[in-house]
Amino acid sequence: MLNRFYYKSKKIILNSLIHIFLISVAITCVYPLLWMIVSSLKTQETIFKDISLIPSQLRLENYFLAWKAGGFGGHFLNSVVYTITVVFAIVIISSLAAYAFSRLRFKGSKLLFYMFMIAMMIPVPGSFVALFMLLNKLHLRDTPIGYILCMISVGLSVSIFLFKTFFDKMPQELEDTARIDGCSKFGIWWHVALPLARPVLAVVVVFNALNVWNEYILALIIFDSRRHMPLQVALQAFQGEFVTNYPLLMAGLTITALPIIVVYLLMQKYIVKGVASQEVFG
Amino acid sequence: MLFKNVLLGIFVIFSVLGCSGQKGDLKSTVTVWHWMTDRAAAFQELAKQYETLAGVKVNFELYAPSDAYAQKIRAAAQGINLPDVFGILGEKRDFALFIRAGHILDLTPYMDANSATWKNSFFPKALAVNEFTPNNSYGIIPGIYGVPIDILTIQMVYNKKLFSHLGLNPDQPPKTLDEFLKIGPKIKAAGLQGLVSGWGETWMINCFASNYAFNIMGKDKVLATIRGEVSYTDPDWIKVFSVFKQLQDSGVLAQGLVTMINKSAEQLFANEKAVFAFNGSWCVNVYQGMNSKLEYGAMLPSQASAKYPMSIWGGAGSSFMINARSKNKEEAVKFLIWLTAQDQQAYLAKTTNNLPANKNSLSEIPEVLAQFSRGMDYATHPNIWGISEFSPVIEALDRGIQSILIGEKTPEQVAAEVQKIKEKELAKRRVN
Amino acid sequence: MTLNQMKIKATLENYVFIFPAVIIFSVFYIIPFIWMFQLGLTDWDGISFTRAFVGLHNFKEILQDNNWWQSVRNAGYITLIALTFQNILAFMLAWACDREIRMKNFYRVIFFIPPVLSAVVVGLVWRFIINDVEGANIINRVLVQLGFSNLAHNWLSDPKTALTTVALVHCWQGFGWGFLIFLAGLQTIPRELYEAARIDGADSWQAFKKITLPLMVPVIVLVAILTVLGTMNVFALIISLVGGEFAGHTSVPVLRIYYSMMRSSRFGYACAQGVTFGMMLVVISFIQYRFIRKPGKIKC
Repeated sequence: MLNRFYYKSKKIILNSLIHIFLISVAITCVYPLLWMIVSSLKTQETIFKDISLIPSQLRLENYFLAWKAGGFGGHFLNSVVYTITVVFAIVIISSLAAYAFSRLRFKGSKLLFYMFMIAMMIPVPGSFVALFMLLNKLHLRDTPIGYILCMISVGLSVSIFLFKTFFDKMPQELEDTARIDGCSKFGIWWHVALPLARPVLAVVVVFNALNVWNEYILALIIFDSRRHMPLQVALQAFQGEFVTNYPLLMAGLTITALPIIVVYLLMQKYIVKGVASQEVFG
Repeated sequence: MLFKNVLLGIFVIFSVLGCSGQKGDLKSTVTVWHWMTDRAAAFQELAKQYETLAGVKVNFELYAPSDAYAQKIRAAAQGINLPDVFGILGEKRDFALFIRAGHILDLTPYMDANSATWKNSFFPKALAVNEFTPNNSYGIIPGIYGVPIDILTIQMVYNKKLFSHLGLNPDQPPKTLDEFLKIGPKIKAAGLQGLVSGWGETWMINCFASNYAFNIMGKDKVLATIRGEVSYTDPDWIKVFSVFKQLQDSGVLAQGLVTMINKSAEQLFANEKAVFAFNGSWCVNVYQGMNSKLEYGAMLPSQASAKYPMSIWGGAGSSFMINARSKNKEEAVKFLIWLTAQDQQAYLAKTTNNLPANKNSLSEIPEVLAQFSRGMDYATHPNIWGISEFSPVIEALDRGIQSILIGEKTPEQVAAEVQKIKEKELAKRRVN
Repeated sequence: MTLNQMKIKATLENYVFIFPAVIIFSVFYIIPFIWMFQLGLTDWDGISFTRAFVGLHNFKEILQDNNWWQSVRNAGYITLIALTFQNILAFMLAWACDREIRMKNFYRVIFFIPPVLSAVVVGLVWRFIINDVEGANIINRVLVQLGFSNLAHNWLSDPKTALTTVALVHCWQGFGWGFLIFLAGLQTIPRELYEAARIDGADSWQAFKKITLPLMVPVIVLVAILTVLGTMNVFALIISLVGGEFAGHTSVPVLRIYYSMMRSSRFGYACAQGVTFGMMLVVISFIQYRFIRKPGKIKC
């Protein structure tokens, strides 16, 4: 009797501690987001003076002003197109390559993989200038394709690394079964490996989406005019050399943060315990 | 099947995006790349006016923040892809490199035309920053290579209301360093902050130090030091470094000054938490936005020595250069002449609270701004000295002063370190 | 088809898998990289059209550059804190959210907010929270309320604590990634293993030690490598929190490279610095990667 009581209370205490821990971390995460949103509703004069989280007046027009002043309409569309294209391309290209490195045997596989790993780690400072010159020579500068190709290359290494780590852990039996059933290598990749790797696929999508969505310096340098610029460029421009209109900046930042949060909400659903084996056999 | 559709989709997207051809413009267009967020709206308005006036379309494109702008300009320079009009953010040395690479149009003929009407419309000090004098150390053919569109000075401001609060006369800011230091304990006692400035951004420290250097030893000795003829361990330089120590010890500097970015400093001053600020005339616009009721005045930094006049940095604020390879050179020049004319400069000054570069446009500016403009008499700027200090030396100097402020090094130590680096740099040049 | 033809077809198929990645990589990474490396051997200023070849001179200069090595030490310090504090925190949070607890989904979303926020906001907000002069001074006030007033401090403006404070804010912004990847990794451990262990009489701590940890080793190494790389992004935070290098106390290699490029106009030197830094990262990461090849001894 006493034993059961002991175990039950131990469980309750443990759970409560866990909850306290989770909640305190959660509070530190939520506060900045709240601050950003609340600040976007304040005025330039009160934004730093008034430290409460409840603004005295709700200046919703900051959002309209930010949208108009930043020309967000076109830039938003640009960002969406770039992000979707790049993420899609990276998922396909890097999972193909990672599958090959993980499961297929061919000459130079190890060497190539190590090259990708090394590439991940060497920051090419001022690589913007180099990429700029490269695109110039290829006559791809100031074109969306040039930018997209650059962004794909930037995200490849980490994505390949992420995929390979998870592919390595996949149980071989499922693939063997599929192969016996007459599946081609591509078929195995498409029907077995990718579905099994849903959690890491979600991570790759979020990682690259965030990188492309938040990228601005390469876009700023590669494109000649504002027409092709993504959202971040317009947003960063709110920071003047001397004067920064903070409420507008905060409104802009909030607008910019929303789509990524949506992407994350959609993707994190896939990071669940895979009832994987059943899916493949069924 | 799905796969094929997906590939088709990708192909369609790519082909749509690939089409980025620009249709040829029928009118002449002058493209201007700038970084001035607060003036973007005013520029657009002026562009519209000019189009009706001259039939030439002016395309102002904003790329900010200024670090990003500088990188964009450098990349474009490499790709020989600069717009018709742009600015160079950086030191005279960089300006010289751009000129030597053939990117910048020599404006001297236009300036001198019609008995130098264009040239004479500017404050002389504003032009000096964009000018290379005969026998300059950069090896550039003498001439004027840029057009100032505003001027600025970097001085101190003080909060008049807080002055009264502390028992000081709001119309008599401290003239000497001793008076300034004495205010320190009063500020501490009142629980306020003293001087705020963006000294986390090292160039502002450099500016302050330079001002006192000129005040303590005079312009000639400072330039001689840069040339390598005087050592940084000279007693006068130690006096300069000691000024910082004195300021720190007296409590007249704000807490955490060394990690402050200028924007935070501006916040503090605008919110009346700080009594003094060391800032440039652009701050009038900034404070206006943050606290329109702020009562403050401008003053020169308090003199440490009566031997030489106090100097401040001032001159051209923002300048535009014309791309020497531009296909619309003449139109660009005409536009800049118009932009720097009296009325346009007055318009810019009024709408953006910046000092005009045209000396005939000073009429309708707020009083505080006028105080800043009066400081122009004492103004100098590294870009007009004809010689630049080596950047590792500047870096060591700035970092050294930061160390003095946080009490990690003494003025003598910093002086010795800076001199050591100076000698290393000089030795490098001698070998080559 | 003959056996040979089948073999060739199979090999070609293999290469098709990696073809797109290798093509893009070669054009958009290798070529710029070689160019950068070449530039590291010159004294190019970033603007002129001519440059002089100086051989290994830049690299020799880096070896003697005290400012550079200080920045490397600082980066190492930040990385160490991130590898321990940040990743242990991320792992604990992921483990907690892996169990069946209420509001699990809520936490999963909340913990990913920091990485989503731009460095601008993170810097502004944390500066606001921490700073006693221009900010709300929340941390010190909380400490005083809890009775620890002697711990209250000028976290960001004291040279002794500035770097650690920056490192902690960096951890705050980064733990969401570790959390996500650990969570994904934990999900791929089949439930059956845990059930089998419970039937065998193991308690949760033993299950953790014998099942979770060993299976998570590759993921842990993955996160460790990504953490080391992530330290590179701390420079944006440094600029918004302390304005710059703070007399060297908060300088990091990326910042030094940026200054070399833009302030001193020494593009060639900056490239050399970049290559040097990259080499160091490669060595560190490979040491970590080898760790999976020789996993620690696990007693059964």
